[in-house]
Amino acid sequence: MNPIYARRRRKDIVVRGLCIAAAAFGVTWLALILITLLYNGVAGLNLELFTADTPPPGSTEGGLRNAIVGSIIMTVLGVGIGAPLGLFAGTYLAEYGRNDKLTSVIRFINDILLSAPSIIIGLFIYGAVVVPMRGFSAIAGALALAVIVIPVVLRTTEDMLLLVPNALREAASALGLPRSLVIKRIAYRAARSGLITGVLLATARVAGETAPLLFTALSNQFFSLGLNKTMANLPVTINNFVQSPYAYWKQLAWSGALLITLTVLALNIGARILGAERTAK
Amino acid sequence: MTDLSVSVSSSAHLASHPLPEAPAKVTVRNLNFYYGEHHALKNVNLTLGTNRVTAFIGPSGCGKSTLLRIFNRMYDLYPGQRVTGQLMLDQTNILDPKLDLNLLRARVGMVFQKPTPFPMTIYENIAFGIRLYEKISKSEMDDRVEKALRGGALWNEVKDKLNASGLSLSGGQQQRLCIARTVAVRPEVILFDEPCSALDPISTAKVEELIQELAENYTIAIVTHNMQQAARVSDKTAFMYLGELIEFDDTSKIFTSPTDRRTQDYITGRFG
Repeated sequence: MNPIYARRRRKDIVVRGLCIAAAAFGVTWLALILITLLYNGVAGLNLELFTADTPPPGSTEGGLRNAIVGSIIMTVLGVGIGAPLGLFAGTYLAEYGRNDKLTSVIRFINDILLSAPSIIIGLFIYGAVVVPMRGFSAIAGALALAVIVIPVVLRTTEDMLLLVPNALREAASALGLPRSLVIKRIAYRAARSGLITGVLLATARVAGETAPLLFTALSNQFFSLGLNKTMANLPVTINNFVQSPYAYWKQLAWSGALLITLTVLALNIGARILGAERTAK
Repeated sequence: MTDLSVSVSSSAHLASHPLPEAPAKVTVRNLNFYYGEHHALKNVNLTLGTNRVTAFIGPSGCGKSTLLRIFNRMYDLYPGQRVTGQLMLDQTNILDPKLDLNLLRARVGMVFQKPTPFPMTIYENIAFGIRLYEKISKSEMDDRVEKALRGGALWNEVKDKLNASGLSLSGGQQQRLCIARTVAVRPEVILFDEPCSALDPISTAKVEELIQELAENYTIAIVTHNMQQAARVSDKTAFMYLGELIEFDDTSKIFTSPTDRRTQDYITGRFG
């Protein structure tokens, strides 16, 4: 065998081996986390988990109903507030402001916001909403989640719209479509599954956020739908219960963690399926 | 002229006598165009005759597509571009900054190099443009869609799958869908920007045939890299080079006895 080629082959084998080892190393920990979660969480999965509220200290019955409902309410509200803002801002960057100097500034700030620690966002909403309102509230929690959603959706919206070929926009303009309709009827349509994917991923991102809720919605031992009061939610409940000395609380924390993980998994799989549909076209 | 390598003998136009001058539909006077600092079109003068096919030929970068994109103000989508001179569509000043571009583009349709069906059904691809300017009943719309698809020589191939996605069609069919879509809004002028460069020979033949049929009702301008195509489909041919209009005459004249040395060199394949 040609010695240069032989050496290249040896190198290839070594590098490939390292890559596989690195990938396996990463996946192993992920798998261990999932297995532990399943092992400890499944035991607590029963109907009571969804029908009973969080128990007082020492009790050995109760579920997570108030926390589940609270998480759903605040996530839906947060995404409901943040996603439209992100969509509109992303549309501005990709469509109207494409040749604007302001665009690169906004994009830069957005990238910072995207990687800002969520506890900072929680503290910001604490200062901006909780303190003036003189109390923790569900709406403050939803706003904190919205602030996390905005940069994620903005980024995916811009990326997805930039993938829409300009030829399509030109073709639509050539028919006499005003700019607004070119965006609404053509660009959004062409990027639709990508845009939905972005919203789903943002939802998955905030579904498990603890830090921003710790300073805003706090938690609530009881069932509450009031937006101006504290509201129970899964992440903070898990955080509180897992640190407690009570075995039953710990069990609930495991089950709650499993619920969140399964939800995030489902959202990610949904996003992947939508993304695959887009590339198949 | 014995060394002309372009076979034009099959062209119907060449056998006939020169066409009578048609009334002007689009008039270009002293047109200059700049991409930033780059002077892309230099003092262009010509007219597009009503219901005539005018072909624009010339090597890459000669400005023929640029000129076409001024006719419907497509260049307005992008910043840093500037035009001077006069450009009239009948009595309308196309370059008027206050002109409603959407209305202009409804009058001057355009078909692009790559087929660009919209991400919707075949039916909707056609109906979409019509709905922008007209409110008509479902049955009237069905009628208009059928007419447009027949106009695009596509009806027989798609009549049983109008609800299929426009993206499911073949490249050639997609391009005819785009032509049908353009025809559906009843423009006065149709611009073709290298409409066949992404198509196979059979689709190309269909589109060329279609262009000649469309010339009965529309004023047509076509940019092409393919000189045989210009010879086959057009009544008038404009040869452009480095942003200048070198020669503009009857197609038969351009391809048999061009006046300018550069035109002759180009059509005989010495450069370009």
